[in-house]
Amino acid sequence: MNFKNIFLLLGLFLSMSCKSPTDVFKIEGQNVNINDSLQSQANIESFIKPYRENINKDLDSILGYSVDTYSKSDGDLNTAIGNLMADVIYEEADPVFFKRTGSHIDFVLMNHGGIRSIISKGPISKRTAFELMPFENSIVVSKLPGANVKELLEYLAKAKRAHPISKLKIVLNKDGQIIKSSLNQIPIDFIKTYYVATNDYLINGGDGMDFFKGSEEVIVLDYKIRNALIDYFMKTDTINPVIDDRFIQLND
Amino acid sequence: MKRREFIQQTTAASALVGLGGFGLQSFSSSPKKITILHTNDVHSHIDPFGPEDGRNPNQGGIARRATLIEGIRAKSPNTLLLDAGDIFQGTPYFNYYGGELEFKLMSMLKYDAATIGNHDFDNGLDGLYAQLPHAKFDFISANYDFSNTIMDTHVKPYKTFIKNGIKIGVFGLGIQLSGLVDKNMYKETVYLNPIEIAQDMSRILKEDEKCDLVICLSHLGYNYRNNTEKPSDMSLAKLTKDIDLIIGGHTHTFLPKPTIVKNSVDQNVLVNQVGCFGINLGKIDFYFDSNKNKSAEGVSILV
Repeated sequence: MNFKNIFLLLGLFLSMSCKSPTDVFKIEGQNVNINDSLQSQANIESFIKPYRENINKDLDSILGYSVDTYSKSDGDLNTAIGNLMADVIYEEADPVFFKRTGSHIDFVLMNHGGIRSIISKGPISKRTAFELMPFENSIVVSKLPGANVKELLEYLAKAKRAHPISKLKIVLNKDGQIIKSSLNQIPIDFIKTYYVATNDYLINGGDGMDFFKGSEEVIVLDYKIRNALIDYFMKTDTINPVIDDRFIQLND
Repeated sequence: MKRREFIQQTTAASALVGLGGFGLQSFSSSPKKITILHTNDVHSHIDPFGPEDGRNPNQGGIARRATLIEGIRAKSPNTLLLDAGDIFQGTPYFNYYGGELEFKLMSMLKYDAATIGNHDFDNGLDGLYAQLPHAKFDFISANYDFSNTIMDTHVKPYKTFIKNGIKIGVFGLGIQLSGLVDKNMYKETVYLNPIEIAQDMSRILKEDEKCDLVICLSHLGYNYRNNTEKPSDMSLAKLTKDIDLIIGGHTHTFLPKPTIVKNSVDQNVLVNQVGCFGINLGKIDFYFDSNKNKSAEGVSILV
């Protein structure tokens, strides 16, 4: 048998065994934009509708009122909206923490970037909480040695950003050095260990808050920040937060 | 269909391939077309963005996606619809209904399979498990070992489909969970090396299952330029063989068109990802004929 015959046989064998086309000879690829040039499919739209209406009804039901419009850019080292958020975390999380551990939260530190929207003057609803905190971050408590609390204070002094704090008071001199740090008017004792409530983003070193790596223990409360805000709004008629003296820099 | 750019068309088929030719052609029917449609990181974006949205005005919306897909299916009945993970999390629909609506709607759109993204663990394994009855499509992940979890037996490593006589194998890959997802959420889920698993999977699908087309549905992320050690779709494509298409997610990468990458044996692999939030739909058409274009160099890729 010569070569030609082998190929003929091979060709015959292939053609008989291969009943269907199974090899790619051409590929075309494109990414198609979905926009308002496409009609919505009616059955899908009508299926979504009751879910959407139910959510909107709940999100927009009025829980309370805001006296003014508050933004995280209004204020220097502390802002009304940040103070509100940190105070809400303390108020809502401390009872949970106490129930679980028998100890109280000493102070709260959140991040300025974590305030995701303004609070507008007028009605407050669950939607306000979703806008303020669209992410699923939750509250955790760090058992933080004094040495790391010192780093925390130095971080805040250096950052000069209105990272929300509650219960903690910091005074900087005109050169930006810490001249006072206290809890309930008692100076921070760098030999002691403190319970610091924060969020699960910062505890893992978010925003460069590396001092949390020194945590002796991290207590997870399984309590979302957004839910703490909703719980607070539900029991509060009117919010009227202010810029205060919890974190300030002296002029002279 | 728009052919945006002509990337590659090499017609230099080998002499041997040419020889077998005529007899086969007379036997085979007209070329068959398989269409792969895909989404990723939809993140509970069921409604379209409003006209006032600062970034994506009037984009997305699952009811519009349904219309688009229906139109494509009408022209191309042999279509698979796949999702590369992170179905959950991003709008109140998820917070209120835990993913129920997402799964129900994807079932109505007739999704064929989805892989599991890191955010699909956001309500824990229990939260994902609770929504499974609403999904009429399969979850596939080859490198998450769920044996010691409630998800055991509910996630398959791969799935094969036969469309118009063409056998298609699809396997899933997920991203490393530790450091990304709270341990309480994924519990005893074991993450296995995705590159090694992909090598196993492509062999199983190509050699054992005899698939004509092998697709990887990945939530690894498109590419990590500053961390080349971290497995990505691009590194996966280069380090493996016998994968025709990698559909990606996680990094929310809006590729203008699929990327063509050379695999470990210098054959072409397509890597695609369509950003996030249901703004785009990926569409890849594979045209098949009888096996005389075996050489990958003979495949024309129009993207």
